[in-house]
Amino acid sequence: MTALFYILLAIVIGIAIWQIISIFNLKGAIATEKDNNTQGILFAVFGVFFYGLMIFSFWKYSVILLPESASFEGARVDNLYMVTMVLILFVQAITQFLLFYFAFKYRGIKGRKALFYADSHKLEMIWTIVPAVVLAGLVLYGLSVWNDVMDSSDAENPLIVEVYAKQFQWEARYAGGDNELGRANVRNIKGINTMGVDMTDKNAIDDIPTRELRLPKGRQVIFKFRSQDVLHSAYMPHFRAQMNCVPGMVTQFSFTPSMTTEEMRANEKTIAKVEGINKIRAEKGEDPYEFDYLLLCNKICGSSHYNMQMKIIVLEEADFNNWISIQKTIAEVVQE
Amino acid sequence: MSDHHHKETFITKYVFSTDHKMISKQYLVTGIFMGIIGVFMSMMFRLQIAWPDTSFSIIEAFLGRHQDGGVMSPDIYLALVTIHGTIMVFFVLTAGLSGTFSNLLIPLQIGARDMASGFLNMISYWLFFLSSVIMVISLFVEAGPASAGWTIYPPLSALPQAIPGSGMGMTLWLISMAIFIASSLMGALNYIVTVLNLRTVGMTMTRLPLTIWAFFVTAIIGVVSFPVLLSAALLLIFDRSFGTSFFLSDIFIQGEVLHYQGGSPVLFEHLFWFLGHPEVYIVILPAMGIVSEIMACNSRKPIFGYRAMIGSIIAIAFLSTIVWGHHMFVSGMNPFLGSVFTFTTLLIAIPSAVKAFNWITTLWKGNLQMNPAMLFSIGFVSTFISGGLTGLVLGDSALDINVHDTYFVVAHFHLVMGVSAIYGMFAGVYHWFPKMYGRMMNKALGYWHFWITVIAAYGVFFPMHFVGLAGLPRRYYANTAFPLFDDVADVNIVITLFAILGGAAQLIFLTNFFMSIYKGKKAEQNPWKANTLEWTTPVDHIHGNWPGEIPAVHRWPYDYSKPGQEKDYVSQITPLYEGEEES
Repeated sequence: MTALFYILLAIVIGIAIWQIISIFNLKGAIATEKDNNTQGILFAVFGVFFYGLMIFSFWKYSVILLPESASFEGARVDNLYMVTMVLILFVQAITQFLLFYFAFKYRGIKGRKALFYADSHKLEMIWTIVPAVVLAGLVLYGLSVWNDVMDSSDAENPLIVEVYAKQFQWEARYAGGDNELGRANVRNIKGINTMGVDMTDKNAIDDIPTRELRLPKGRQVIFKFRSQDVLHSAYMPHFRAQMNCVPGMVTQFSFTPSMTTEEMRANEKTIAKVEGINKIRAEKGEDPYEFDYLLLCNKICGSSHYNMQMKIIVLEEADFNNWISIQKTIAEVVQE
Repeated sequence: MSDHHHKETFITKYVFSTDHKMISKQYLVTGIFMGIIGVFMSMMFRLQIAWPDTSFSIIEAFLGRHQDGGVMSPDIYLALVTIHGTIMVFFVLTAGLSGTFSNLLIPLQIGARDMASGFLNMISYWLFFLSSVIMVISLFVEAGPASAGWTIYPPLSALPQAIPGSGMGMTLWLISMAIFIASSLMGALNYIVTVLNLRTVGMTMTRLPLTIWAFFVTAIIGVVSFPVLLSAALLLIFDRSFGTSFFLSDIFIQGEVLHYQGGSPVLFEHLFWFLGHPEVYIVILPAMGIVSEIMACNSRKPIFGYRAMIGSIIAIAFLSTIVWGHHMFVSGMNPFLGSVFTFTTLLIAIPSAVKAFNWITTLWKGNLQMNPAMLFSIGFVSTFISGGLTGLVLGDSALDINVHDTYFVVAHFHLVMGVSAIYGMFAGVYHWFPKMYGRMMNKALGYWHFWITVIAAYGVFFPMHFVGLAGLPRRYYANTAFPLFDDVADVNIVITLFAILGGAAQLIFLTNFFMSIYKGKKAEQNPWKANTLEWTTPVDHIHGNWPGEIPAVHRWPYDYSKPGQEKDYVSQITPLYEGEEES
């Protein structure tokens, strides 16, 4: 079978080369009126293909997109995204239409003279000022969202969590009863103290190390990111959250979860997406998949970069408090 | 320089030539060769993305010990994307595009006998050649080539413990790039000096073709930004080899703490992107210049808004040096800086919009001559708009958070500076081939090449946006570890099929190119009926370009279809007619 495939492939390539050479021997080099006509029409046809591809992609691929944001801050990002996208598609639709339409409409005809039209200050002012005004609006809107997302100084009773990255694993550390993380440095890494927590720091005693991330719905979470080896990026797409983890410094990001894992599983868009995934998995004979939030690495970090993940579970605040209260503190873990 | 009886040996004519026309051909052929390697690599890693864990004999044949039964290893996957990026950005689209056309067109279009320094020009090419050779050699070292991404962020690029490609492969990458930068600086200085000093009589700055303006401004950006990359590379070499801590601090890897203390990878990111962002304009501006020139000529119309085009080139160049931070919104730098960079970044959309509208208006009421170069120019405008618009998402810090480093970015930059610049390069090759080789390229093959390429390119990069919006990070060897991304697999197969189609279409170009050199139809002196000076030189190359005096210039280059003229083009060397006003 493989041999047959290769024989067929060789024949196809042979025919292609023969065709290319016989076309080459036609020797034509400069577009004639007939070429102008054909190519102009092809541009019109391509324009149709182009819009078809756009519409098809939106129709076919919308289901694979991320569901609505699971954080309050992310919802604002999604609004900004919608506004931007509408603007982009509007401009795209008009400019591409003009481009392909002009290519079709003004395809060269022998003897016709083009219009000598070198300048129009009025037109140029229009397409300088209109984009400038629209962009000014976009910048202002964008920056207000950005400041909203990045500024967590006014957070009331936030949950402080450290997310710790290393090749090719995530760990987490909750700040514990005092809600303050103990100092840490890679030089303290020893045995079970894998995050290098400074055990002489009194803030460290009640810190809680975990291998999964559980978050309370409705309470702002401030993440502190560290990395012990190379750059990683903590990417939590469902919350519209991302921040690099940089060796030698602590970076920060925060959001307020707005939907528990259970609620997101019951979300219409999620159900559609999961159905699609499970159909594919069933064809391959794999177990069905159940939706979970994820933290994944989004900065190239080595061989297993493609498999560096941690599950995130969002709970009602009471459930979260129950869970956190039965976790062992780092002092207990290290002593054992 | 103008000594026509100067005796030339094979070596001085074809190898160590100081003639700008020969050097330009050397750049082009080297660029095409590197392009073949770069594109072939993308075919291989696209196979892996579409069909992970599937065995391919082509992978077995080419990757040797870096594969296991026809399945590539994760490390070599990262190496392939790294070297693909490096080769395409620097070796094809910087040296191959700018090197070819700046060298060919600057002296010919401004009316000079050669570059200001032919010798420096020759050194520049041979350094580029040397750096290409070193980059290719790095593919064959024991532990594999550099694999930390083309952005080579430390610590990954600094520590062989972190990834095997950061050993010898990375050392060679850095050496190659250092030489490349030296080459590119010599080239750029030469272009700047030549444009400023060697213009012929009457060739004022506002009578320069837009190609020359683009090459000139590109050279300035190169001189401003490339040295910064060189300094970053040198500091990285120090960190790697001499134990300094410019970019490294507090690292624990493979069970031991390293001595590095006090450096910051974020510093490297700043230095890298201070070149890295202007670099995309170093790539795209020459393509813009080429497209402006070809579009005017083939529309038989003046380029619309000549002065606005120059202004926007300068504005883009200036802004390009103050937007680098938009690659670093989530790097951990101060969010306030993010605000500043969002502002400057979105400003670039204004001159870009002006350019796009001016191109479209140039077509309006033209008499379009659909030569292959013209098709690629129209294709350029289309992909530049499609790719440029998504820049509004990525340049906006708040939106960048969620699409940063996903396939959305990959789709965006491939359209706006990869595919577009390649189209610009193809347009240039089809248009100036007669000037380079004295023969014409075949138009029918050009048409096939264009249409297959343009369909394949959109087929690859349009669906790719959706993969990114689904949240799939780039540079993943496979997404099999995430059931969440199982539904992306089908899209990835579509993308790969289009990629293979697009790659195969380039064989049409290669056949056409190399056969036309020897068997193409003989070119006339001015086959496209263009106004610019290069078409006043003889078809057969001579040293010094013009046999007699260099002609004087009397008008701007875009007097196409000027009212009151019989022909629809008026060469720049034609004096103004009685009573004619200069446009």
